[in-house]
Amino acid sequence: MSTPLLQTKDLQLAFGAVVVADHIDFTLTEGERLAVIGQNGAGKTTFINICTGLIHPQAGQVFFEGHDVTALSPRAIALRGMVRSFQLPQLFTEHTVRDCVRIAAAGKRGGLGLWTPLDKAVPAAEVDHVLEMVGLASRGDEMSGALPEGQRKLLDIAMALVLKPRLLILDEPTSGVSTDEKHGLMKTIMAALDAEKVTAIFVEHDVDIVSQYATRVAAWIAGRIAADGTPQQVLLDPEVRKNVIGE
Amino acid sequence: MSKPKIVVIILTLLALLLPLALPWLKTPLILGTAFGIAALGISILIISGQISFGHALFVCVGGYAVAFTVRKWTHMDSALLLVVGTAVGAVIGAIVGSFVVRYRGIFFGMLNLALSMVLFAVLGKFFNVTGGTDGLRLERSPFFGFNMERDAFETVLLITCVVLALLLGWLVQRYLRSVAGQALSAIKTNETRLEYVGISAYQALLIGYIISAALGGLSGALFAIAQGLVTPEMGYWVRSGEIVFVAILGGVGHPVGAFIGAGIFEFVKLFAAAYLTGAWQMVLGFVLIAMVFLAPRGISALLEDKKHKEGA
Repeated sequence: MSTPLLQTKDLQLAFGAVVVADHIDFTLTEGERLAVIGQNGAGKTTFINICTGLIHPQAGQVFFEGHDVTALSPRAIALRGMVRSFQLPQLFTEHTVRDCVRIAAAGKRGGLGLWTPLDKAVPAAEVDHVLEMVGLASRGDEMSGALPEGQRKLLDIAMALVLKPRLLILDEPTSGVSTDEKHGLMKTIMAALDAEKVTAIFVEHDVDIVSQYATRVAAWIAGRIAADGTPQQVLLDPEVRKNVIGE
Repeated sequence: MSKPKIVVIILTLLALLLPLALPWLKTPLILGTAFGIAALGISILIISGQISFGHALFVCVGGYAVAFTVRKWTHMDSALLLVVGTAVGAVIGAIVGSFVVRYRGIFFGMLNLALSMVLFAVLGKFFNVTGGTDGLRLERSPFFGFNMERDAFETVLLITCVVLALLLGWLVQRYLRSVAGQALSAIKTNETRLEYVGISAYQALLIGYIISAALGGLSGALFAIAQGLVTPEMGYWVRSGEIVFVAILGGVGHPVGAFIGAGIFEFVKLFAAAYLTGAWQMVLGFVLIAMVFLAPRGISALLEDKKHKEGA
């Protein structure tokens, strides 16, 4: 049996009386498109934060490609190939779109060179390729802080993709985007993930998006995984319909 | 040719040619350039969103390093003394920076201030070693292997200052365009994301801090050599405030800003002290208020081309 790409064993974390990770055992294999669903406060983002090293669990372990990454920093985990994007796009707002991607690409290459200018340190083709994938090639010279929300999301993802991740975790990629734009945004993201052969986890509230783009769904309720399976199985689960979808 | 380049050429020519007609200008120009080099160092930190209110510590360290070296090796060349001041500034910057750069905002600023005041107190108290509040006097050292009279010495020192200002301005600009420099400026807007793309914000800021401290050390060495005297006042918090003032006045958008700010500071101080005795601080205050309203990003921001300004 091949090594899971991501595995958690008995993850536990509570903020006072609020349990946000309740003995989570979870496995993700390469090539999956996993949607994580759950109501606000269910522990979805906490799970992402634990996996990517922003917060450490009180107990349990996180394995990435078979290696224990529980105690590693976000930087070390990102360099190993587990990368994330954010619910609120995290950009370098005083840099141009192209420079944001360049800085990220330079991070992957390692080292803080003091001499070579940033635009020479990263091949232009590498940056252009990623910007074309997310449809921002024509806006490369604009300040990232001036982009509309949908394009900020795409740039946030481009900055993750240029790191050539094995696993990309997207935290609510369609939040803050109008209903009309959601599918277009997801199509762009999924096409980029397919092109780069990147396994992905995405946190999502929109059931329509989940059923259309996920190959597997995990439903979070009060810090535990209440249901895990195909979109059809999970979205028809009575507990999920009652506590997550709100029917 | 860009506006900043034109301004650099004009300032260089003025600094080199004006003293031919007005020899008394040499000293304020040397001191102004030394101030500008320290402000250039502060500018690097401001670009990362951090302000040090204690950077005179490194100016003081550089000055005292030169003074102790001259006392030990009387005939050491002034050019080597500049290297000593810079190197000691960098080493102390690496030591202090290794824990100071873990802090941000007001904590970063005040921790730097606290450390500079510790040094100020130590220098004042250990009279037998440091000369106490009287400081240490320095004999004039040879420059580039030649023993010179005061006038020739000042001329060579002024030319050295101008060359250093040009070289350092170019080097700092080059650094700020590099991966390390761009990472430094990214700390200001999104340090968390920097970590998530695999770049250590700690390392990026530490590099900037060491470069900044090295520039402070060099500035201190220039002050020591130019004045022939070092005192604990070099590390007093007011001096740190003046360096920050100069950096903000000139702006951090282009290295020339630090030298424009230093020039204005030195000459406003000079003329205000002559014509408004005891009130030069008030004049500087008015200058700063005017800057806040007329050019909040400093004078160098006025030199940016329209396209860049819109983009920013």
